[in-house]
Amino acid sequence: MSQLIKLQAGVPGLVEADAWQLVRLPAGEAEVKKQAGKVVQFRLTGAETASAGQIDATEVPAGPVLLPLSVFLARRDALADRLAAREIGVWLETHELVETLAEAQPDLSVFPVIGVHIERFADGRAYSAAALLRTRFGFTGELRAFGDVLRDQLFFLRRVGFDAFLVRADRNAAEAIASFNDFSEPYQGSTVIEAPLWRRHAR
Amino acid sequence: MYTYDEYDQRLVDERVAQFRDQTRRYLAGELSEDEFKPLRLQNGLYIQRYAPMLRVAVPYGLLNSRQVRKIAHVARTWDKGYAHVSTRQNFQYNWPELKNVPDILAELAGVQMHAIQTSGNCIRNITTDAFAGIAPDEVVDPRPLAEILRQWSTFHPEFALLPRKFKFAVNGCRSDRAVVQLHDIGLEFYRDAAGALLIKVWVGGGMGRTPILGEVIEEALPWQHVITYCSAILRVYNRWGRRDNLFKARIKILVKALGIEEFRRQVEAEWAHLKDGPHTVTQAEFDRVSGHFTKPAYEDLPAADAAFEAHLAADRGFANWVRRNVHAHRQPGYRAVTLSLKVTGVAPGDITDAQLDTVADLADRYSFGELRTTHEQNLVLSDVKLGELFALWQEARAAGLATPNIGLITDIICCPGGSFCDLANAKSIPIAESIQRQFDDLDYQHDIGEIEINISGCMNSCGHHHVGHIGILGVDKNDSEWYQVSLGGKQGNDASLGEVIGPSFAADEVAGVIQRLIDVYLDHREPEEPFIDTVRRIGAAPFKERVYADRQPLRKKVEA
Repeated sequence: MSQLIKLQAGVPGLVEADAWQLVRLPAGEAEVKKQAGKVVQFRLTGAETASAGQIDATEVPAGPVLLPLSVFLARRDALADRLAAREIGVWLETHELVETLAEAQPDLSVFPVIGVHIERFADGRAYSAAALLRTRFGFTGELRAFGDVLRDQLFFLRRVGFDAFLVRADRNAAEAIASFNDFSEPYQGSTVIEAPLWRRHAR
Repeated sequence: MYTYDEYDQRLVDERVAQFRDQTRRYLAGELSEDEFKPLRLQNGLYIQRYAPMLRVAVPYGLLNSRQVRKIAHVARTWDKGYAHVSTRQNFQYNWPELKNVPDILAELAGVQMHAIQTSGNCIRNITTDAFAGIAPDEVVDPRPLAEILRQWSTFHPEFALLPRKFKFAVNGCRSDRAVVQLHDIGLEFYRDAAGALLIKVWVGGGMGRTPILGEVIEEALPWQHVITYCSAILRVYNRWGRRDNLFKARIKILVKALGIEEFRRQVEAEWAHLKDGPHTVTQAEFDRVSGHFTKPAYEDLPAADAAFEAHLAADRGFANWVRRNVHAHRQPGYRAVTLSLKVTGVAPGDITDAQLDTVADLADRYSFGELRTTHEQNLVLSDVKLGELFALWQEARAAGLATPNIGLITDIICCPGGSFCDLANAKSIPIAESIQRQFDDLDYQHDIGEIEINISGCMNSCGHHHVGHIGILGVDKNDSEWYQVSLGGKQGNDASLGEVIGPSFAADEVAGVIQRLIDVYLDHREPEEPFIDTVRRIGAAPFKERVYADRQPLRKKVEA
């Protein structure tokens, strides 16, 4: 069964057909950083984590593909035709900057899909990334969260502007849909519902 | 005070339902420990030494009597008959069972209370001066903007998973009683010469492992921009705050690393996009919320009351209480009263269910049904008639709530420490008690005068030891409990961080050390000079000398 939830006319539902192939970098040399004896689980904002070797070794299959930001940046000239054919989407790691993408490709509307990899559900950077993509860089295509995507974050992910959610494979996506309705009238505005409550309703 | 409309109530009710389902899924094994952790923390629920600890929000420390009765009811029904006032003006329960927490939250929702964002890596309860709205030196009532910020920060989708916890304090007085310089964001509301409401913004203060005074990022922010400006700060922090190291994740580390100039530049660049957007606060919204913080129906009273003066002259116990626990009020003929939760032998800030019910009754009969929690872990009845102080005192005394020690050496700020808290390195409550016993004589306490002793059981600094005139920090050395003493911390407009005086002490030595510090003060003080001023005038050296004069053998004991 599909793990992909999409908003259609604002209503979340499971989507069976998904043409987009997620392309990942091949595994690099495992660099384990430790601090105070513990493995560091969060990467620094803006850190370049993909090696040239990994980028070169990434195979890009035919058909609609969702590429790592680093691969897109390295091969954008070669991919120009496929970009024009709307076969190319791009995805960011949680610690990568939306500005990096927007500087290289100011018109984001060339991408039918932009993904954000939620490496760890407790890392809130993805939420600012989505808000910026929608409000600052005007991206109106599909904004997909994938990775450590769990039911209890769906309400917030939707509010900052994600409209596609690939729920983690070991969780029940159909049941998770209920959490989109956790709250009916939020206090503050965000990407979806821009105005704060006091501007939406007479209180 | 602020009362919920249908929207506020629905959000709180929906939160209860959400948490009930999350708890069910956790207990059914559908949510892992790690996945449940931020969910329960954002409902104020810690897993503690003996049982979960539940922290209930008291927004900016304001409560009504109905809420206090509910706090008592919960303590009686699901806890061991008491609750605890925290240093961030919230209530805590030490003994609830996880499976009962959804029911407790449902009960609290019935009186417009909740535990939302009282813990976790999110924007926490906003604190302020316990005398907000009644203090004679108040320039701006901080509560309307505190409530506007509370609503903005509640379930904020972008700022729910920050690198670390995030604390606001707001202040509208000339003298700062909210410790704004030691919060992630501190806001001071003031008026310019033309009467316009402006905000001085501090950022990057905090206690914890790395105590730092905040820096001023903005001197004069017009109030309408408070949300957009704070959003810009939060967004810069959410994106750039360090997540790789728990101890370096607070905004203070980011501000220090970038420097305040560069941090300000980034915030202003972000703010340029948000400024004048939909979150610019309108006069209408400000007025709507301000309408909840109107003056109660004060009577026109003379500034003096003959019966009060007579009691004052006749009853020394009453006079002591008035001197310490009764505070000036901007309304003639009224006073604010602190009910002391610092009784020797009781954990600082603890209050029983029966006392809570009494407090609710006292609030109803003497203070328009409203009261406040203070960051010093006491309660305040905000609007008491001068002529009724004597009757109130008698009733409060009978309930064990009239210890005349506010601001004195036994009015100790103290975290729950190793007696309850799983984070603690050492117990703090027995240390507070040993000091209270050392200085139990009331006349002696009054002679020593104003002094703040703050005790934390670990570096997380819930007991605010960094800003205690004397700070005591529990440390772990080879699995035994030791106490580091610092001197010279202070809250207020001239806030300072205390400095450690030297090697730490065993638990049974602490009260004796405090005695020596007090002895040095009494030897050196000038007439009317409070402890902290003497420390600032003569420096730490004479204190260190006295404390460590004969400690050579003990030091060896520590090393051994």
